[in-house]
Amino acid sequence: MFRDSGHLIRPAVVLLLGLGIFLAIRAAVVPKGFGKYGHYRPQALALIRSKPISFAGQDMCLMCHDDQGKARAAGKHAHVACEACHGPLADHANDPAAHKPVLPDVANLCRRCHEKDAAKPKGFPQVVTAEHSGGVLCNGCHQPHNPHL
Amino acid sequence: MEMTRRDLFTIGGKLLVLASVGATLEQIVGAEPAPDAYKMADHWWGMIIDIDKCIGCGNCVRACSKENKVPGGYFRTWVERYQVAEGKQPKVESPDGAMEGFPPLTDENIKSFFVPKLCNHCADSPCTQVCPVGATFISPDGVVLVDPDYCLGCRYCVQACPYGCRYLHPETNTVDKCTLCYHRITQGLTTACCENCPTQARQLVDFKDPKDPVHEFLRHNMVQVLKPYMATNAKVYYKNLDGSVR
Repeated sequence: MFRDSGHLIRPAVVLLLGLGIFLAIRAAVVPKGFGKYGHYRPQALALIRSKPISFAGQDMCLMCHDDQGKARAAGKHAHVACEACHGPLADHANDPAAHKPVLPDVANLCRRCHEKDAAKPKGFPQVVTAEHSGGVLCNGCHQPHNPHL
Repeated sequence: MEMTRRDLFTIGGKLLVLASVGATLEQIVGAEPAPDAYKMADHWWGMIIDIDKCIGCGNCVRACSKENKVPGGYFRTWVERYQVAEGKQPKVESPDGAMEGFPPLTDENIKSFFVPKLCNHCADSPCTQVCPVGATFISPDGVVLVDPDYCLGCRYCVQACPYGCRYLHPETNTVDKCTLCYHRITQGLTTACCENCPTQARQLVDFKDPKDPVHEFLRHNMVQVLKPYMATNAKVYYKNLDGSVR
């Protein structure tokens, strides 16, 4: 042994203790798995994925409303998703009896897409609603699922 | 047995070292989460936007707001209307983010068009690089996300985003942004904005899927990303984007 080796042992013990305290605090403070995919908590991915869904999606609607789907497929609105007009209906899909959908507000609904606007693509069907129908609602003449007259 | 102060410190020190080694090991090994049908490594998400198809109806803005319970006056996606007259600064409007569409524009003699905007889910995102605590990050499938339980609300990322896509949620005081509907796309659904776009002007794409129409789209069209000079490697591609768009 070295002479006066006690001088080395004591700082070594202090150093080890310090390291131990550091590791203990670090383990308590750093979230579990931090750094697994990158500099973040991997649990955040599951947390964000667990958010509820409001829009059930096209395929879900057509599982029951196949007839409406066929009517729509024949017309110009073939590629407009159900919920684009009818609103978010995941609740209805999960429990159709408890959540009855309300019919869309036609006066505003059609206008949002089809009101004449110079910025809209030229080939897109547009009307000046004030001149077009004289106050008659769109679905007075047009079938919403297959609007071509 | 008589215990001296020295004994107490010795035993305490040993226990402390053991506990820290154990805790560190447990953190490294950890418990593996349950297996999942969705494989993050198989996807690399982005979006394509066709300017020639956007009619400025605001369906995407309303859908996003409802799907993600976005607080009023804040937007994860919004639509801008550009009016570009020769020799003048372009006029850009987005009334309430286009939540209710736009008031009709009658002047046919000015170039005008709509530009939907959202988080560009940049592969080299400036926002994730500045977070001091690791609360915002790029997921392994290429989506820029915020960990709401870990965010301090310091707003560094809000300032770092060149596209203005982030905001401080007024209730939680943590940063909020487009998640590319991560809760939907990991279940095989498309995003709320793409689902509800009546003209398919915006489409969710998966760059890692060899059958995805995005490859055809990029091969055959003039595409552009916003602010390419920022070198953010944005993954939202715009078709026929006018040079005036910022």
